[in-house]
Amino acid sequence: MAVSEQPVHPAEVRKPDTPAPRNGRWSGYTHLLMARMKELQREPEVIFWVFVFPLLLALGLGIAFRNKPADVTSIVIVAGPGAEDALAMIRRSPQKDSIHADVLDQAKALQGFRLGKYDLAVEPDGRGGFRYHYDPSRQESVLSRAEVDDALQIAAGRKDPLPTSGVSSSEPGSRYIDFLIPGLLGMNIMNAAMWGIGFALVEMRQRKLLKRFVATPMRRSDFLLALTSSRLVLMLTEVGLLLGFGALIFQMRILGSLVSILLLGAVGAISFGGLGLLTASRAQKIESASGLINVVMMPMWVFSGVFFSYERFPALLQPFIKALPLTALNDALRATILQGASLGSQAGRLLILVLWGGISFLLALRLFRWT
Amino acid sequence: MGTVIQCRDLRKTYDGRVEAVRGLSLAIETGECFGLLGPNGAGKTTTIEILEGLLEPTGGQVSILGHTWQENARELREWLGISLQETRLSEKLTVRETIELFASFYREPRCSGDVLEQMQLSEKGDTWVGKLSGGQRQRLAVATALVGNPKILFLDEPTTGLDPQSRRQLWDIIRAFQQSGGTVLLTTHYMDEAERLCDRLAIVDYGKIIAEGTPADLIERLGGHHVVEFAVSGNSNGTALEVWRGLPGVESVRTDDGLVCLHVHEPHLTIPALLDAVDKQHEQLLHLTTRQASLEDVFVRLTGRHLREE
Ligand SMILES: Nc1ncnc2c1ncn2[C@@H]1O[C@H](COP(=O)(O)OP(=O)(O)OP(=O)(O)O)[C@@H](O)[C@H]1O
Ligand SMILES: [Mg+2]
Repeated sequence: MAVSEQPVHPAEVRKPDTPAPRNGRWSGYTHLLMARMKELQREPEVIFWVFVFPLLLALGLGIAFRNKPADVTSIVIVAGPGAEDALAMIRRSPQKDSIHADVLDQAKALQGFRLGKYDLAVEPDGRGGFRYHYDPSRQESVLSRAEVDDALQIAAGRKDPLPTSGVSSSEPGSRYIDFLIPGLLGMNIMNAAMWGIGFALVEMRQRKLLKRFVATPMRRSDFLLALTSSRLVLMLTEVGLLLGFGALIFQMRILGSLVSILLLGAVGAISFGGLGLLTASRAQKIESASGLINVVMMPMWVFSGVFFSYERFPALLQPFIKALPLTALNDALRATILQGASLGSQAGRLLILVLWGGISFLLALRLFRWT
Repeated sequence: MGTVIQCRDLRKTYDGRVEAVRGLSLAIETGECFGLLGPNGAGKTTTIEILEGLLEPTGGQVSILGHTWQENARELREWLGISLQETRLSEKLTVRETIELFASFYREPRCSGDVLEQMQLSEKGDTWVGKLSGGQRQRLAVATALVGNPKILFLDEPTTGLDPQSRRQLWDIIRAFQQSGGTVLLTTHYMDEAERLCDRLAIVDYGKIIAEGTPADLIERLGGHHVVEFAVSGNSNGTALEVWRGLPGVESVRTDDGLVCLHVHEPHLTIPALLDAVDKQHEQLLHLTTRQASLEDVFVRLTGRHLREE
């Protein structure tokens, strides 16, 4: 560098200053927010985890659990005398379109059943009757058994005293993907707030950047506000993306108003921001902070109904599960997005979120270390 | 205003066990460049961070520009420029963005462009902080301290790890700040830096000031003007040391790494006598140098240790 090679003489170092800018009340806040946004934007991982990852997850799960056409059940018939009869009987039963049957030798058939490839294995007993292998703990298996039994009985000549018929429902609004997307949204709001605020703070503390900041006249509240605002901006973008994605790819119907959904998201993000702040109030090393953040989030991943309904847990656990902030957020998001519920009707869940956020924030104020 | 930084009987005990500062008092005048010189772990950072209001002392009083941290923290922050011993600024912000961010915290900052120019960082203005060299980062750290237009500059080891040329550049900047009326408190463990940059300094060891004064005064009082270092054939044992101590003009004697060091006032009297003495012992002189005494000699004389263990 040519410039730095010349010695600097004190007399010429300080030229008369350009008239100084005077800073207003919010100059610190706006600069902090801008700096944070620029940093996030220049961090490719952030773009991936915040925007791309949830979409991939929704896409993958949406495809894996998409409703199979007209609920076809796959069964296997064990080869041997009577197997061909069974196949023929199923083919002429009224259920023929909803049963897909293969014929395999015994070992292969039972293995396929065990691996979940087939819902049911049908073994002819050689005397005109059949033995079903089914798994009572698998819903599909139980249903398959009833369906196949009906098919075989009717084909064998059973007459039902009542004529009945069924209508299948896979309306948008009641499918797995409709359940999943609000859950993913809630989970992402939690993840983003806990990592984006909790982890970011500990990282800055470890780098002594927090200490450097409080060595200036910077208002500490402005700093926390800017950090939270930056997350809110990301959250808005993310909600839009995920809902737009659901609507476009999976024809998801969004019944609630966008304003309510965004407000809910904001309350959730701020609430988890408070929890993130509390988690980050003391840790000096990012390793200990990551552990702590995971410990806090783990129960909510499991219990709060992100991927499956928490109704499956024992009744004893339900009050505890419903008191978790992510449960409240997920339930409120589902009610709003899928059923068009108003914000007012979600007051109880909002209160849970506000309490979690508020109490964490107050505790964090007492515990938080800037140095 | 005379004294701008004052502290009395400062104490800091970490975790109830580590006594990092043990009764330290200072008074620093307007326009001074004051240095805290001491080995690793002496308590320099602890002291300067207490003065900066970033650490709560276990005991003692601090007053900066006539104010205390309890009463006037917000105003004091406007008047101080601080560079910590280790801060990793955000790597994904550019140099200019970083300076402007820090400027935005102050009511009346300096123009960011001027500070960049003064720190010779103008051409790096649009470079990410993560892509700067160590020296450039150090300059940026000082720039973030200068941009608030402070009255007092606190610099904790501002030149550690810099090459000699970058160090000299930083010295020039510190002097320029001083000439515009600012007061500087810095810590260092470079003797030459303390000697050439500081108007006054305090030598700190184990949390206490063991000597204080202008560099020249300290050397004069405690170092002897000159140091004569020599080695003779045969082992110089305790009795030999007594012989050297008796030579004319010798103030003190010590051995250091196989060499005998004499602190002397008038080498032209001591050296001939030394040569005679060696002759009389039928030994041979293996090595002989004389040099000006330095702060290092002062430190070794006071503590029996070197400032920096290489
Ligand atoms: N946060 C802390 N907790 C416990 N002990 C500490 C802490 N900070 C410093 N110490 C101890 O206090 C003593 C003084 O440390 P300090 O950082 O003030 O020294 P220093 O003179 O700045 O050293 P260096 O030249 O290495 O920067 C050291 O023994 C150090 O181990
Ligand atoms: Mg230090």
